[in-house]
Amino acid sequence: MIEIKDLHKSYKMGSNSLHVLKGLNFSIAEGELVAIMGSSGSGKSTLLNILGMLDEADSGSYVLDGVPIKNLNETKAAKYRNRFLGFIFQSFNLINYKSAMENVALPLYYQKVPRKEREEKALKYLAQVGLKEWATHLPNELSGGQKQRVAIARALAAEPKVLMADEPTGALDSKTSYEVMDLIQKINDEGNTILVVTHEEDIAHMCKRIVHLKDGVIVEDKKVEQVRAAQYVK
Amino acid sequence: MLNRDNWKEIFETIQKNKLRTFLSGFTVALGILIFVVLFGFGNGLINTFDDFFGDDATNVLFVFPGRTTMPYKGYKSNRAIEFDNSDLADIEKNFPLFVEYITPRITRQDTISYLNESNSYTTQAVGPAHQFNEMTIMMKGRYLNDLDIKNKTKYAVIGRLVEQDLFGAKNSIGKYIDVGGSSFKVIGVFQDDGGDNEERIVYIPYTTRQLIEKNTDKISQIVVGFKPEIGYAGAMALDKSLEKFIRSKKFINPKDQNGIFIRNIADQLKQNQQFARVLQIIVGFVAFGTIIAGIIGISNIMVFVVKERTKELGIRKALGATPKAVISTILLESVFITTVSGFVGMLIGIAILSSLGNKLKDFFITNPYIDMSIAISATIVLIIFGAIAGYVPARRAARIKPIVALRDE
Repeated sequence: MIEIKDLHKSYKMGSNSLHVLKGLNFSIAEGELVAIMGSSGSGKSTLLNILGMLDEADSGSYVLDGVPIKNLNETKAAKYRNRFLGFIFQSFNLINYKSAMENVALPLYYQKVPRKEREEKALKYLAQVGLKEWATHLPNELSGGQKQRVAIARALAAEPKVLMADEPTGALDSKTSYEVMDLIQKINDEGNTILVVTHEEDIAHMCKRIVHLKDGVIVEDKKVEQVRAAQYVK
Repeated sequence: MLNRDNWKEIFETIQKNKLRTFLSGFTVALGILIFVVLFGFGNGLINTFDDFFGDDATNVLFVFPGRTTMPYKGYKSNRAIEFDNSDLADIEKNFPLFVEYITPRITRQDTISYLNESNSYTTQAVGPAHQFNEMTIMMKGRYLNDLDIKNKTKYAVIGRLVEQDLFGAKNSIGKYIDVGGSSFKVIGVFQDDGGDNEERIVYIPYTTRQLIEKNTDKISQIVVGFKPEIGYAGAMALDKSLEKFIRSKKFINPKDQNGIFIRNIADQLKQNQQFARVLQIIVGFVAFGTIIAGIIGISNIMVFVVKERTKELGIRKALGATPKAVISTILLESVFITTVSGFVGMLIGIAILSSLGNKLKDFFITNPYIDMSIAISATIVLIIFGAIAGYVPARRAARIKPIVALRDE
């Protein structure tokens, strides 16, 4: 599903540049639930942004679902993002003047899905994350966990190839974190490929594979026994 | 791009961001409103100006006799020049291409009375053509005609205020008034836009006046109306040749400044028109400034709007919005708001102008108005520049990497 080779990325900070990713190689198969771990500054968010086409690599190759992601112009990147990727952010990034349902329906708007169908689909995914009755509420009327579930529903709505979660539990307490992870695990159970960036050990161990980043290189890449989040929920 | 779904998205955004909508709408509406009102006031000023100067015909030369100061061809200096009826005929005969009408004017101050009411008024003994040069408007009855001149009738045409003074609310037509000792029949009542003084005048046939004044044929003043199509240059030429003609006829030294005087309205008209043009330029300048201020206001708001929406646009881009979609989201919204509020402002401005009417006449603003086409063009200009002003930050926002936009707090 995802294949990267010799990925480099550096940021210019005034006169000196900061080398963040120093030649990464790995691949992710369909249906995997991968945690990318590392302390802050290890380059994990940068990696996710590049994988999510929100940012560009300096060199190296990146193939997503057989499509080489290279030299994209903005329009093409937007189309790929819309078709291939669903994002879940630490700060939820819901549009605060749109209701939960409208937020979920937004990626479908950019897929030019007719309004009726959009709303039906949005309701379906809201139901999947257990928020059907909150469909008409604005984000500021929802709790953090609910917001993140709306964001997950939004990421799912476009039916992407890969879900990318950047510290999805970073802004949540541990109980809500487990609820969100439970949801992510269930989505993965249905065969969706998911990438989770986190710095929390327990969250990482709820995935099936952990890729450890340190100072821009992969120091460890191992499969783990998945801890089900459901046991903590209730 | 302009399907129903997009519009629905725009309407929702507008509805849910009331402050933003209000701010940009208010700026545009206010800009157009001020533009319309200012421009209307400018036109009102010009109207007032026209009222001051525009009640008399402008294609007129006035010829006044004077007193010579130089001897010439055996005539001594300090000789009073007098006009008589033959001069009228001569001028008409010699300048047929220029002259449209000619009329004498003998002005006297008379005590005029009817029954117990009596007052002192200006009496002007004139020919029928005098109606054209004063732009006298008949309210009832008729003006003097050629038959009155020929028969030296004792008919009088009185001003609206003369009738009001002497007759009160009663009808004056057919009644006899006493003009300086002679009885005249009122045949008409006129009004004149030139103000109260011009409506306190009584017109009588000049031949009748000459008859009363010991049957002379003297005329105190000649009014020559020339054909408007000869233009300013033609008027100046007529002025010169008429003066030359009269000087030679009356044996006045060509260098004598005081023998006769010709007052040329065309010359004044030109100055007046220049003044009106300056007024118009000032009005145009102020209006232009208002529009510029409006454009700057709209640009500021567009920059603010885009800045405020940076994060939202980042989210939209992460969800698959293309740069084109981002730009059209911002532009359509702003064009929609500017169009609606621009026309609202324009209509309010026009409503204000038309409700004012003549209420500001004391401040020299008469009937302020604005051409619909100017108001609409100004609105359209503001909309177009609002769109351009919105396009620049919108394009920049569309180019920001979503990751940068998402970090924006």
